[in-house]
Amino acid sequence: MNVNQSIPPVPPFGQPQPVYPGYHQSSYSGQSGSTAPAIPYGAYNGPVPGYQQTPPQGISRAPPSSGAPPASTAQAACGQVAYGQFGQGDVQNGPSSAVQMQRLPGSQPFGSTLAPVGSQPAVLQPYGPPPTSAQVTAQLAGMQISSAVAPAPPSSGLGYGPPTSLASASGSFPNSGLYGSYPQGQASPVSQAQGHPGIQTPQRSAPSQASSFTPPVSGGPRLPSMTGPLLPGQGFGGPSVSQPNHVSSPPPQALPPGTQMTGPLGPPPPMHSLQQPGYQPQQNGSFGSARGPQPNYGSPYPAAPTFGSQPGPPQPLPPKRLDPDAIPSPIQVIEDDRNNRGTEPFVTGVRGQVPPLVTTNFLVKDQGNASPRYIRCTSYNIPCTSDMAKQAQVPLAAVIKPLATLPPDEASPYVVDHGESGPLRCNRCKAYMCPFMQFIEGGRRFQCCFCSCINDVPPQYFQHLDHTGKRVDAYDRPELSLGSYEFLATVDYCKNNKFPSPPAFIFMIDVSYNAIRTGLVRLLCEELKSLLDFLPRECGAEESAIRVGFVTYNKVLHFYNVKSSLAQPQMMVVSDVADMFVPLLDGFLVNVNESRAVITSLLDQIPEMFADTRETETVFVPVIQAGMEALKAAECAGKLFLFHTSLPIAEAPGKLKNRDDRKLINTDKEKTLFQPQTGAYQTLAKECVAQGCCIDLFLFPNQYVDVATLSVVPQLTGGSVYKYACFQVENDQERFLSDLRRDVQKVVGFDAVMRVRTSTGIRAVDFFGAFYMSNTTDVELAGLDGDKTVTVEFKHDDRLNEESGALLQCALLYTSCAGQRRLRIHNLALNCCTQLADLYRNCETDTLINYMAKFAYRGVLNSPVKAVRDTLITQCAQILACYRKNCASPSSAGQLILPECMKLLPVYLNCVLKSDVLQPGAEVTTDDRAYVRQLVTSMDVAETNVFFYPRLLPLTKSPIESTTEPTAVRASEERLSNGDIYLLENGLNLFLWVGASVQQGVVQSLFSVSSFSQITSGLSVLPVLDNPLSKKVRGLIDSLRAQRSRYMKLIVVKQEDKLEMLFKHFLVEDKSLSGGASYVDFLCHMHKEIRQLLS
Amino acid sequence: MATYLEFIQQNEERDGVRFSWNVWPSSRLEATRMVVPLACLFTPLKERPDLPPVQYEPVLCSRPTCKAVLNPLCQVDYRAKLWACNFCFQRNQFPPAYGGISEVNQPAELMPQFSTIEYMIQRGAQSPLIFLYVVDTCLEEDDLQALKESLQMSLSLLPPDALVGLITFGRMVQVHELSCEGISKSYVFRGTKDLTAKQIQDMLGLTKPAMPMQQARPAQPQEHPFVSSRFLQPVHKIDMNLTDLLGELQRDPWPVTQGKRPLRSTGVALSIAVGLLEGTFPNTGARIMLFTGGPPTQGPGMVVGDELKIPIRSWHDIEKDNARFMKKATKHYEMLANRTAANGHCIDIYACALDQTGLLEMKCCANLTGGYMVMGDSFNTSLFKQTFQRIFTKDFNGDFRMAFGATLDVKTSRELKIAGAIGPCVSLNVKGPCVSENELGVGGTSQWKICGLDLTSTLGIYFEVVNQHNAPIPQGGRGAIQFVTHYQHSSTQRRIRVTTIARNWADAQTQLRHIEAAFDQEAAAVLMARLGVFRAESEEGPDVLRWLDRQLIRLCQKFGQYNKEDPASFRLSDSFSLYPQFMFHLRRSPFLQVFNNSPDESSYYRHHFARQDLTQSLIMIQPILYSYSFHGPPEPVLLDSSSILADKILLMDTFFQIVIYLGETIAQWRKAGYQDMPEYENFKHLLQAPLDDAQEILQARFPMPRYINTEHGGSQARFLLSKVNPSQTHNNLYAWGQETGAPILTDDVSLQVFMDHLKKLAVSSAC
Repeated sequence: MNVNQSIPPVPPFGQPQPVYPGYHQSSYSGQSGSTAPAIPYGAYNGPVPGYQQTPPQGISRAPPSSGAPPASTAQAACGQVAYGQFGQGDVQNGPSSAVQMQRLPGSQPFGSTLAPVGSQPAVLQPYGPPPTSAQVTAQLAGMQISSAVAPAPPSSGLGYGPPTSLASASGSFPNSGLYGSYPQGQASPVSQAQGHPGIQTPQRSAPSQASSFTPPVSGGPRLPSMTGPLLPGQGFGGPSVSQPNHVSSPPPQALPPGTQMTGPLGPPPPMHSLQQPGYQPQQNGSFGSARGPQPNYGSPYPAAPTFGSQPGPPQPLPPKRLDPDAIPSPIQVIEDDRNNRGTEPFVTGVRGQVPPLVTTNFLVKDQGNASPRYIRCTSYNIPCTSDMAKQAQVPLAAVIKPLATLPPDEASPYVVDHGESGPLRCNRCKAYMCPFMQFIEGGRRFQCCFCSCINDVPPQYFQHLDHTGKRVDAYDRPELSLGSYEFLATVDYCKNNKFPSPPAFIFMIDVSYNAIRTGLVRLLCEELKSLLDFLPRECGAEESAIRVGFVTYNKVLHFYNVKSSLAQPQMMVVSDVADMFVPLLDGFLVNVNESRAVITSLLDQIPEMFADTRETETVFVPVIQAGMEALKAAECAGKLFLFHTSLPIAEAPGKLKNRDDRKLINTDKEKTLFQPQTGAYQTLAKECVAQGCCIDLFLFPNQYVDVATLSVVPQLTGGSVYKYACFQVENDQERFLSDLRRDVQKVVGFDAVMRVRTSTGIRAVDFFGAFYMSNTTDVELAGLDGDKTVTVEFKHDDRLNEESGALLQCALLYTSCAGQRRLRIHNLALNCCTQLADLYRNCETDTLINYMAKFAYRGVLNSPVKAVRDTLITQCAQILACYRKNCASPSSAGQLILPECMKLLPVYLNCVLKSDVLQPGAEVTTDDRAYVRQLVTSMDVAETNVFFYPRLLPLTKSPIESTTEPTAVRASEERLSNGDIYLLENGLNLFLWVGASVQQGVVQSLFSVSSFSQITSGLSVLPVLDNPLSKKVRGLIDSLRAQRSRYMKLIVVKQEDKLEMLFKHFLVEDKSLSGGASYVDFLCHMHKEIRQLLS
Repeated sequence: MATYLEFIQQNEERDGVRFSWNVWPSSRLEATRMVVPLACLFTPLKERPDLPPVQYEPVLCSRPTCKAVLNPLCQVDYRAKLWACNFCFQRNQFPPAYGGISEVNQPAELMPQFSTIEYMIQRGAQSPLIFLYVVDTCLEEDDLQALKESLQMSLSLLPPDALVGLITFGRMVQVHELSCEGISKSYVFRGTKDLTAKQIQDMLGLTKPAMPMQQARPAQPQEHPFVSSRFLQPVHKIDMNLTDLLGELQRDPWPVTQGKRPLRSTGVALSIAVGLLEGTFPNTGARIMLFTGGPPTQGPGMVVGDELKIPIRSWHDIEKDNARFMKKATKHYEMLANRTAANGHCIDIYACALDQTGLLEMKCCANLTGGYMVMGDSFNTSLFKQTFQRIFTKDFNGDFRMAFGATLDVKTSRELKIAGAIGPCVSLNVKGPCVSENELGVGGTSQWKICGLDLTSTLGIYFEVVNQHNAPIPQGGRGAIQFVTHYQHSSTQRRIRVTTIARNWADAQTQLRHIEAAFDQEAAAVLMARLGVFRAESEEGPDVLRWLDRQLIRLCQKFGQYNKEDPASFRLSDSFSLYPQFMFHLRRSPFLQVFNNSPDESSYYRHHFARQDLTQSLIMIQPILYSYSFHGPPEPVLLDSSSILADKILLMDTFFQIVIYLGETIAQWRKAGYQDMPEYENFKHLLQAPLDDAQEILQARFPMPRYINTEHGGSQARFLLSKVNPSQTHNNLYAWGQETGAPILTDDVSLQVFMDHLKKLAVSSAC
């Protein structure tokens, strides 16, 4: 049947061609667009060393491939076609190839490129079956998953050829800046590919293209027609040239699988069964190899020609069912990016470059645009018009981390001091001087790059221009040459026109019965004694300028006078919690060194004083109010560290009642669980923000504490919330202390205002994160640290111009920890496109997920959770459907075609949808959900990435000697081997999973017990043993912890143990207990949605 | 008439009572015609070293509305063991313990010499005295230091088992916990927020929330003393602790910007002090001692804003109704005073500042509770230090000369009713048959509460004769009055002092001479003055003066001997001779004149006037002037400008001030240093003599008077000049001649003019 089906496609193929013209036209325009950019890119590439290299490679490859291709071409054709689709899917391919095609030579070269593909196939053949699978996977990666199955065997050989071409195709895509970047990575592979033409390449191509999947479900009907063409296509493929290839190829791939799948298996289920066994290994293997090649491919990218080759391979490959290994693998993508882009520094000089993934270690060189560590965008190529943007549904957002901590080998922003005149700004829009400002009239004036206003250059700032119109001193001035820098602010930028005093830290400790009983107070006081020596300070400063104060409380507050002149601290009790005030001024906030003796005495006495307390009630709002008032009285900004244990039920403002009600889940009232109980908290937060008072909340609840309400103030003031449920000193000490140390020591900016300016055409319209906004433009942050992120969404309010692109300037006015008022400026230039394909080619899925998660997590405040989930799914479907409709070949409705850059969108989105907030499991408490909800709100891209798709690292697979981190495996139970040990981390949790049949030696050397059964389940510390394995594992754990902003407590989970349930919750590719779909199911569902949208 | 003087003196010595009339007009009509009401000055705790308290309880009349105490005036039937109440004529059985009485074996209370007797009551738990210091920290450094030292010193003067507490205030109010080791702990309250007693007690953790769990626990009652003792501790326990705490006391740390007053939360601090005691030790003797160095500037009870450019209210402002905080503040303090009085505690105010401190508004705290009011310029003066120290002086028994929580119950025989009382007391609103409907002073009751009193605290008690003219009292009839004072002795015992007095009735028509002769003009002057001051507190000054004048004229008309329309013929008998002069000086006194006095000063003077005994009161009305010269021993001279002579040294005692004034010549001699020359040793002695006398007065007086040593032409001489009768002024100076005294630059009328007018009006038939 399949075959038959596949046959029919043929005719369409012919048809398609005719269609193409039209298509072409559209595509042409797109292409032209793309081509146009392509050229500039060339230019861009010029500067970038990496780029330069890549192109040559591509060329070099082209020839060889061309040689080989012919044979395969036919087959390849099909493949190509498919690939073409992929390419189209990638958009880049489509357009670019088309362009090439149309352009006389261009097309030919493609042929040639195809040729190489052919050669590859040859190579592949030897590998025979495996390759196919590999290809399949590749295809799958391309989304063809199902379709690939059927056709696979026959075409495989041929197919392979194509896949390679695909890779190349993808290589060609580079039109957009993004590609450029990708290609690099790929470029190296390319060379490899040449070496190992066969297998690797296809896979590569697949992943790189990754774009088009044909989910089994829908595939059926269309596929046949497609396949039809394919077959012929294959035959003619070579000749048919890229165009046909593109068109035809996709369908065949898609179709066959689809049909096959649909027919026999039924879409989703089959996939599972099929995938696992055989394919897995292949995948792994193939991926590994694939990676190699990909880099090579990279090089081809620049040279568009590769397209031709692409189509071929996929079709032949299609395995029989939707194979999990065939669907896009996050691990694969991450590994590829790591290999391709981790080696070269990322230079920010070029507009609209897509940076490497967050999971890749790379070095950034600031040459005029802000480092991706500061700003990441969902797309680096913005549609010129709002219509396009609406059509694509791709959110335009930037994830900004203004005070991001940089690795030691990257310089922190230069501080520019303009003296009394202050930073130079545009008179109209108030944008700050930046590298994009145009100096004119010999340097006497400059034109604002944001609003086009022409401003005079003040005499003291005047400088001559060189022949290119650049100021002679451009490279001497950070604000004219760098993407990120700081200005020293003048007094005009200060509150009340007074330079701020150094900020203060106030430690506010719950001393109610619970806090005492758990040993928290004693632990904390002991720790504070030493921790106070590590308050953040300005680099170079001898001691921290930050003053500290102490408050303890239960249902009344105790302030302490720790003035240095006192022999003993003095305690002042304020019981008027209804109307909080600060009972003392002098002696409350003190310099640590001056008052050390008194402070030490105080910290010694606090646990004793309350040792016999029977007070169980606590207050909350008055505590924060007290801290805020204290800062107000001291006329400084600062941070409150609040250590709190229980629901504040004492009679006071902000008194809460236990409203935890699981019955509300999945009702319209569920949202109330996320909303604060009373408005008192918001009101208080506003006051705090006005005072520059940031709150970090450490919670130690034994039961429901209403995190949703309590976290309002930290949330709105730019603070953090830490939660240690059922805190016990023995078990949680390390985690708490480690978090506390980091939190106290980290560099913070206070009393900050952030404003994002954009060039005319787009506007920042929405903001997500931990902050407060009193108007629509200014993000007010009482405190901001290096871990906090603000996600900003942009909307069009006018047309953008491809020439000038779009500019962002994020200006953050803040008070440093030494009390210096500063402005930190981040600039970023983005490209603009008139072709949707360019948009899709320059997207960043991780950032997109970051935005969507935040959007959804905010949505649950106001809408039923189900509606939020549906919205997400719909939006995702629309994004993909739009791609499919406008950028992929038109014919293969049954094929799931994903843009290369977004091929992980479904899997990640599924993780978001399954997350505790949006789909709580039975064991997830309301507090947990609220906690996670607010955590995610200020996460950066790297954190959301690992949070939603945890890393699962096999520990015993790689040789003990290897020092590199093991390669992660996909988060699915199927990937676990019971003879292995795995680490799983998601930024908050860390599990060590021990398989039931792990070698005894391993058990012995890790746990120091003789057998699996003797391992304590739930263990949180590995014994310190002097053997390589133990050292390695502990070292790995340490390094993982070091990467995350919060300490991850280790939990040892044994296979088949009851704790395993907890662990399995994080295997996000599997079906979850709470009803979350497995990856495969969700992909099918997504495909269905897309098809519905398309029809 | 010496007999009457002796009688009066005797009575005062024995009973502490001075009546305006010692023979009583026998009908209402006559009594009203006497002008000066029938009234007495009663000193409940008149020091009686010769009167040991009896160790049993008084025998009461069994009639529930009477309950008079058995006294020497009662008719006793020794055989039937019955006694008849001399107030209600109820016949009562003696209690069994009195079974052995007979004419020769009388209990003390039946003996005539025990018209005043003191009973000791053994019942009831004895609770220690409580001293709660409420200390203002918005002081200058040296002021605060001095105050701290005074307070530390005072700890050594307290009985070891007395409870002490400490509240400090400035912008905030801090209640210090005294029992803690290591960290000193205090509860802090916002100075701007008025709190109810309940809130205060909650916030101090004095009340346990009504949790069923805890109520069920038997330990509950034991917890109570523990809880309260966090703030009030026996001196012997926390002596050192508190001394250190006081030592570490800092000035209010909140910054005071230029042109502002420090924020001082006196109102809230007092409120908390009251609330604290109210919750922990109701109806136990306790002193709240408020030390303040300036006006309350915020919160309830605020008297003036913190803007220095707006001065604190003056009499002028008050007249113009321009004192915006006064009414509210007064209301706040009145509320506190009433609560305090209800709890049997008293509030002392020690206000030391150069400017006013809001005594006008706060006066009721001391006035209604029997607390002390001390006003000075600084805590760093001997005036304050010694005054404060004097509070803790002890009597011959080693007990404090103070008592607490007294109730004064007055019973009268049928012909009399009680019109009211004026003094440091509040009404207990006990209506009874002997309560008059006409009120004089605090009336409408036969019982008053005096929360704090010392041995000289004196009340003016006013009576009304109700006997109708047509129901004459039988010849030889006597009216009786019994004063029953329950109080807590400073040794913490409960005691009852009973004073029963009787006076003869006389028919004013036939026996006016008797009545006249038995007139006690000193007591009458003070009693009238108290009435005047009492009225002045609520009325306009001029009205009071007019009223006083009319009373005086009517008295002169009634008792003067004169021919109609012939002023020259006017005479007054000896028993009235000084009265007009008292009135003259009273009119000029700071009690009625607000000119030249701040509202605070007026309140201060009136406070003391309303509680001192007769002697002191008279000094206040008409200061005493002694003259020292080479011509003889010191002699009292007329309070007249003519007494100011160049070769004399004057010593004036106005109660509030002691002025030593050197005449012009003396001053010159001293300047020339004669006193240092051995040959002029007598001059040295002359100079020394008034100083020694002044010292003697200073030692005995509470509060310490302001001590002024000045000379002719000195700026401080104004204190003398403003007091003397201006017989010589710039108007009549040349008519009198230089040698006879010093001219006073004033437009005030002199006593001579006053008397002339009085005579004229008295003899005129117009009024």
